[in-house]
Amino acid sequence: MYEHDLLIIGAGLAGLRGAIEGIQEGLDVAFMTKVHPVRSHSNAAQGGINAALTSRGDDWEDHALATVKGSDYLADQSAVEIMCREAGDAIIELEHMGVIFSRNEDGKLAVRRFGGQRVARTFFVGAITGQALLHVMYEQIIKHEARTYEEWFATSLIMEDGVCRGVVAMDIKTGELHTIRAKAVIMASGGAGRAYEPTAQAAICTGDGQALAYRAGSPLMDMEMIQYHPTTLPTNGVLMSEAARGEGGYLLNSLGERFMEKYAPDYMELASRDVVSRAEQTEINEGRGIDGCVLLDLRHLGRDFINERLGYLQEVATDFMSIDLAETPAKIRPGMHYNMGGIKADVNGRTEIPGLFAAGEAACVSIHGANRLGANSLLEAVLFGRRAAAGAVKFIKTEAERSVGDESVKNSVSKRLQEILDRPRGPRAAAVRRELALEMDKNMAVFRDQTGMESAAAKVAEVKMKLPTVSVDNKGKVFNIDLMSVLQLENMVDCAEAIVAGGLMRTESRGAHNRTDLKTRDDENWLKHTLAYQTEDTPRMDTSPVDITRWEPVERVY
Amino acid sequence: MNITIRLQRFDPETATPIAIFQEYTIEISEVATVLDAIIKIHEEVDGTVAMRYSCRSSICGSCAMKINGSAALGCKTRLVELAEDGGTITVQPVGNLPTVKDLVADFQPFWDKIRSVNPYLTTSGPEPEFERIASNKSMSNLLTAVNCIMCGCCFSDCTVLEVDPTFMGPAALAKAWRFVEDPRDSTADQRLNMLNNTEGGMWDCTRCMKCVEVCPKEVAPMDRIMEMREAAIQTGNTNTAGYRHTESFYNSVKKNGRLDETRLAIDSAGWTNLPRLLDLAPIGIAAMRKGKLPPLLPHKSEDHKKVQELYESVENDSD
Repeated sequence: MYEHDLLIIGAGLAGLRGAIEGIQEGLDVAFMTKVHPVRSHSNAAQGGINAALTSRGDDWEDHALATVKGSDYLADQSAVEIMCREAGDAIIELEHMGVIFSRNEDGKLAVRRFGGQRVARTFFVGAITGQALLHVMYEQIIKHEARTYEEWFATSLIMEDGVCRGVVAMDIKTGELHTIRAKAVIMASGGAGRAYEPTAQAAICTGDGQALAYRAGSPLMDMEMIQYHPTTLPTNGVLMSEAARGEGGYLLNSLGERFMEKYAPDYMELASRDVVSRAEQTEINEGRGIDGCVLLDLRHLGRDFINERLGYLQEVATDFMSIDLAETPAKIRPGMHYNMGGIKADVNGRTEIPGLFAAGEAACVSIHGANRLGANSLLEAVLFGRRAAAGAVKFIKTEAERSVGDESVKNSVSKRLQEILDRPRGPRAAAVRRELALEMDKNMAVFRDQTGMESAAAKVAEVKMKLPTVSVDNKGKVFNIDLMSVLQLENMVDCAEAIVAGGLMRTESRGAHNRTDLKTRDDENWLKHTLAYQTEDTPRMDTSPVDITRWEPVERVY
Repeated sequence: MNITIRLQRFDPETATPIAIFQEYTIEISEVATVLDAIIKIHEEVDGTVAMRYSCRSSICGSCAMKINGSAALGCKTRLVELAEDGGTITVQPVGNLPTVKDLVADFQPFWDKIRSVNPYLTTSGPEPEFERIASNKSMSNLLTAVNCIMCGCCFSDCTVLEVDPTFMGPAALAKAWRFVEDPRDSTADQRLNMLNNTEGGMWDCTRCMKCVEVCPKEVAPMDRIMEMREAAIQTGNTNTAGYRHTESFYNSVKKNGRLDETRLAIDSAGWTNLPRLLDLAPIGIAAMRKGKLPPLLPHKSEDHKKVQELYESVENDSD
């Protein structure tokens, strides 16, 4: 048995930034991650991180308005205000930590333009911004000497009288289960993208934190809000950064037209992601696509510029498409990219479960509402990672009590895992995931309708029935990724259930949730978040109002 | 296409754990990567296979492995680069690290070495209110090393680490370079001094180029190490066996047109470094017994004048 003040699940940007906050407050902090920290998916954010640096005359309120408009007015405006006001300090802090942001001639930080915004306020490191930030944050963790549980997989929350007081986790290298008690736990475990196929998200993004919180009684909020990124590779879903368009790239249809003219004459390729993805899908559906794709054309930018500013995109194009972006446009299409929804949390990371906090993509604060702006996710991660830790520190210092429980949770997990290992040959986890994930990509995608979503709901129910029969080949203890794939599948199914339930409940079109059978936004009835609570059967649904401080919803035009 | 993956298996939970090869023949798309093939094997054929992978796009660094004997990222290596339809590709865990299971290696020694170079920006004085001013050139110069995803390919195939586990290795030294070269870091001297004098530091690289060859992100760790040697010499950090070795090598070839190996050994140790010279004695005696002792006095190469001209031409060029 282990014991800490604060335990953070996940070691991407949000988790690591939170750990630093806790350590600086003098607490005994540990973080747990199923992969080494630098393997986390924050790596994959390419284009940059938004902030309005007021010291140079930028206006944080303009950033906030762009975020709110981008969210199709579903974001909670007080949370957006906090994020946009504090963003400048977060950028300066990252620079001080050692991030090698690109610079202007005068040696100050450079910016590029990103989608859904008129002003260039996205700070960047080539096209590897996430990687550059994550590695610097890991350097800071080395400096601060945090206790780490690397390659440990959390299987359950320890709940005592409705309060979260730790987790049970498996040391993947030994297969042993352990109880780790903590006065507070932060879920910073990332997205649930693997419930979709294809997806730009990494294999580790299996919605583990969302599922653990959901099972413990926390609602999952706005889970139907799934971002399809406009530029992903058709073969494997890998991302081509929005920076490609931010730096001047064009989107072309099979007729060679810059079709965004028709959909967003003002912002063109740099409209909000949901708008661009719908435009692309419409072009493809109406026969102006090429092999189910449209083209991302960077040729006019020139090879030197592409290599300097978008080097990683050139690498991806070479590796996966064998093309040179300076000479050939890339075939791209909308692809599952980001979960706007997640564990319902407030601006201090508090969830509805005392002792449990959430931050980053696993959480829904809600900053992104129905559609996230590009380069707001890294910002959310560092900023709300820190804020959730500050919230947890306050809770630990004022309210928390130590766990008094025994190891009963560990014992029940142990039985559950043994039961999985002992199952007779059934379907494999990978096959069941694929079945679910293809359905999600078909019916919970860019465009949705009642029939499709009902089909998705039926698929979720069918897969849930299959879950108890999914078996493993590997009965061993050491690095049993076969067993992990079953546990991760259970997590993805829980997330998928909430995604579909949210979609069916929201009888309107807003942001990423676009229904072809209910095409309009319904502000009268749906300035609301959907909340899914787990039950034995289908989720119990509820809503909570959207927090509107100063920007009344208006028609969204780009 | 059909492809056979010859996969090194190792299960620590068997009675007598040994590495064996197991072959899997699968049908897979022409555009698939080695990682795609192994995932397919794990997901559809044999769930007992263990490996690490995550991003599938060469940014997370999880899936380093030996592919046909050379370290590479599984996700960045297309099957068709290595085999035709019906061909075979051999896959093993990375080298120079203990194997946990199958393709999973224990990276602890790798991370320990990264930690040993104090891999974080260290500055003096109070933090400025805004960002530190730095030229774009000085920042983009660091991109080579910041591109490193810590996959361990260089570590796996480093020929020095193979014989000397105390060597810090290419990745850690490239990481160290990133701070030495960062104009915002105020500890370049201390860093250079440490890397210069520590056993296993910058002078232990034998310039075999292997790390440059296998690095999937063009970090070119060896070039970074050579730049640090240069920086150490420029800042007067010359009282090291490594520097004396370099200097002796340079002088002896320049003077004689060939390497004076006896002098190289003594110069490197230092003429007054009695303990180290005594260490060398048994090596000298053993070499003598086997008739491999280099001549005690150097022979000049017939063409040594030409060699000197080459030296002069290169040195004039670089001015």
